Amino acid sequence: MAEIEGGGGGHHKKGGKPHGKKLSTRVDFTPMVDLGFLLITFFMLTTSMNKPKTMEINMPVKKDINIEEITKVKASQAITLLLAENDKIVYYYINEKTGEPETPVITNFSKSGIRETLLSRNKELLDRANHNNYDSIPILKEMFRLNQIPKQEMIDRIFAIKSNPSALIVVIKADDKAKYKNLVDILDEMLICNIGRYAIVDITPIEQELIKTAMAVKP
Amino acid sequence: MPKVKIPRKSTSVDMTAMTDVAFLLLTFFMLATQFKPEEPVTINAPSSVAEVPLPDKDMMTITISNDGRVFFEIQEQQYKAALIKNVGKIHNITFTPEEVKTFTLMSSFGVPLNQLKSLLAVSTTERSKFIQTGIPSDSLNNELADWIWQSRLINNKVRVAIKGDQDANFPVVKQVIATLQDKNVNRFNFITNLSTETVENK
Repeated sequence: MAEIEGGGGGHHKKGGKPHGKKLSTRVDFTPMVDLGFLLITFFMLTTSMNKPKTMEINMPVKKDINIEEITKVKASQAITLLLAENDKIVYYYINEKTGEPETPVITNFSKSGIRETLLSRNKELLDRANHNNYDSIPILKEMFRLNQIPKQEMIDRIFAIKSNPSALIVVIKADDKAKYKNLVDILDEMLICNIGRYAIVDITPIEQELIKTAMAVKP
Repeated sequence: MPKVKIPRKSTSVDMTAMTDVAFLLLTFFMLATQFKPEEPVTINAPSSVAEVPLPDKDMMTITISNDGRVFFEIQEQQYKAALIKNVGKIHNITFTPEEVKTFTLMSSFGVPLNQLKSLLAVSTTERSKFIQTGIPSDSLNNELADWIWQSRLINNKVRVAIKGDQDANFPVVKQVIATLQDKNVNRFNFITNLSTETVENK
């Protein structure tokens, strides 16, 4: 493969005068190509093409936090998710009449777990309030993709759906044994289930007990 | 009948075109590559469906390792010198010009201020062996708050990104978030990997 073309040397005729043989101007490029591809391979492997993605979080301004009030007022709409250890979620509703928490339920991060709960509960609440456009977010996105509506309109309409006053309100409380992954996962579920109103709140000792008892009943 | 002679063809191929392509690709990859700065810990970020790309500039990154250590980094080199001087001033530590220079070239770091001088003293190659204990972020000695606050004073456009390992314990994350909120940073980003799962159209 790597032969040298036109290069003289050692091929003169016996006794003949080495008279100016015309040298070919062609150079063999094979080693150069080898080197080129070697470097390409190196750069291809070191390049990370996909940039890291981010998830934006807005926390309330500290002095304005009054979650107690929110949960009291909107008890019927709220769901409290307690992130427990071993990727488990304990959730409970607050009874509208008594104001007491109902029996907690243990679930997980799977598709049929918390997502199912959030979606069906949200649907139930919105159906009851007769806002049945909750599932039109993907449709709006598709319409924007097909250039049927301008971007601003899509953003506005999605915002209107997400901030629907009768939609589900999620209160997220992470236990000390929870992992960072659980927090990101649950925020991801908020995105997937199109829940616009949620808050990350510190867990109370009562709720820590609640996790313990719930886990003890059904591990 | 005379034999039909098949002329022997040369097996060598003209490589010029191939070289052209190879070097074109090489140039592309060389220009597209941005070398990752060496990080003191490897972070296995959790994946999410979020699709917002991380902004290139004006970022400060707070890294939380899986064993709960906190690291800090600002991206822009031009702000780093002022940052280390200002934070040093608060804690009555003066840094020599050499130390400041080393700091501007350093990426993420995670040591308390009293150990920062010894971290800056070790050479670049030895740095990975230096045991970094993490920046204190508890209520007793919250140096992370100083770093955040001073970065914001130097560059008011700076945004905060939290890059946590997926196995980091929640209390550390909570502490960092509380520190941020304490410094009136109520809007920040979690750095995640793109998950393959798609948003369900349900």
